[in-house]
Amino acid sequence: MTRSIARGLCAAAAVALILSCPIRSGDAGNIPLDQRRSSYELMSPPTRAMQDDDTANPGTLWVLDGEALWQRESGAAGQACAGCHGDAAQSMKGVAARYPAFDASSGRPIDLEQRIVDCRVERQRAPAPARESKELLALTAFVARQSRGMAIEDVAGKDERLRPFLESGRAAFEQRQGQLNLSCANCHDDNWGRSLAGNAVPQGHPTGYPIYRLEWQGMGSLQRRLRNCMIGMRAETYAYGSPEYVDLQLYLAWRARGMPVEAPGVRP
Amino acid sequence: MAAEAQNALTDYKVVDDAIPAPLTDRKGDPEAGRAIVANRQVGLCLLCHTGPFPEERFQGDLAPDLRGAGGRWNEGQLRLRIVDSSRIVKDTIMPSFYRIDGFHRVAPAFRGKPILSAQQIEDVVAFLQTLKDQP
Ligand code: HEC
Ligand code: HEC
Repeated sequence: MTRSIARGLCAAAAVALILSCPIRSGDAGNIPLDQRRSSYELMSPPTRAMQDDDTANPGTLWVLDGEALWQRESGAAGQACAGCHGDAAQSMKGVAARYPAFDASSGRPIDLEQRIVDCRVERQRAPAPARESKELLALTAFVARQSRGMAIEDVAGKDERLRPFLESGRAAFEQRQGQLNLSCANCHDDNWGRSLAGNAVPQGHPTGYPIYRLEWQGMGSLQRRLRNCMIGMRAETYAYGSPEYVDLQLYLAWRARGMPVEAPGVRP
Repeated sequence: MAAEAQNALTDYKVVDDAIPAPLTDRKGDPEAGRAIVANRQVGLCLLCHTGPFPEERFQGDLAPDLRGAGGRWNEGQLRLRIVDSSRIVKDTIMPSFYRIDGFHRVAPAFRGKPILSAQQIEDVVAFLQTLKDQP
């Protein structure tokens, strides 16, 4: 029996047999809201415990570095982040849960990293930290940590201006690409929970970023993760900071709306 | 450029759901085929499939078990399934191993190249034919 036939059968039986049906709702393109799972739930208990305990979570080192950078005056303006924003526990609470967000000056969505780079350059008049640099990952981890446990907002649903970018992110997610001719949706909508050579295929939610990945033995952003998947598909990657990544991030955030922020996450 | 790359592939003829004629003159080598199938960087098969590879700890379950494939399909049918599986199941996730056109955004290192060479396809087909036992 082919899989598409199996899917049709599943759809027919869905009402009666939701729990026993092994095929996911890939045809609809979206995972029903109540079936969404963070990769956290696919992880082994020790890895989960590592994420949960700040003293065991390696990402805490970046959070602490970020906190120090937050307080430190830098750049020609001689300002610290704290000089403008004060106590991050107050001012940054919930911020990571609503990024990527529309940026009026560029007329398009930007991710949290870009917002931090813009503040560094425009407000502090300091050099732009490079993508994936220790400095930028530390500041992002520190800011994102202030939203831990908060629900990811439906920013794209609320902000009309983001709609076209959301649609372009969705199209990129569904477009087959690379020499292997796979789409993100082929794995993350249609085959999550299955084993890709022993790795559980996650649903691909952006809840934990930046993450400490055991395989990297280091911290990385969501764009680094997306790059990894594209390399796996033997597709061309984009330069860090490219609008194409941000559109995808916007779609991923919309797909994960309502799910709790876990940053800094730990992943195998 | 596309036309030039096209020429890099051997022509083949599809008859019903099969490519009856081998792509090369040299007979496929099942031993070599097994090594290709088991290699995650070369055949990539075990990313998605499981098969009779007791030494390989990490195998996939996105696709049918390869055991018995040689009983379910004849040589020509297996060849088309490896060359271009999308001709059998239109929306399949199984990559087309001997195709270079109709793709989007292929990484430069892989552009204009099939995943497997004609000879590698023949080796894989020879190996799959040996898989007679059902799981
Ligand atoms: C062939 C399967 C496959 C494809 C195609 C694929 N991914 Fe992934 N993705 C994975 C696997 C497996 C992981 C888990 C990490 C690992 O094992 O490498 C993952 C991880 C992720 C994660 C991280 C989830 C987490 O909780 O940390 C995101 C986000 C993601 N993918 C998005 C994408 C996007 C966007 C695309 C398309 C550009 C894509 N993936 C294409 C298999 C795939
Ligand atoms: C990204 C996933 C993927 C990869 C990689 C892959 N396949 Fe498949 N293969 C499938 C799926 C899925 C099917 C079932 C057809 C369908 O429904 O699309 C399939 C079907 C087959 C079949 C027919 C199955 C049967 O017995 O009924 C054979 C034979 C086969 N694959 C061999 C291979 C070989 C050999 C390789 C590597 C050279 C390979 N596949 C790589 C996903 C994959």
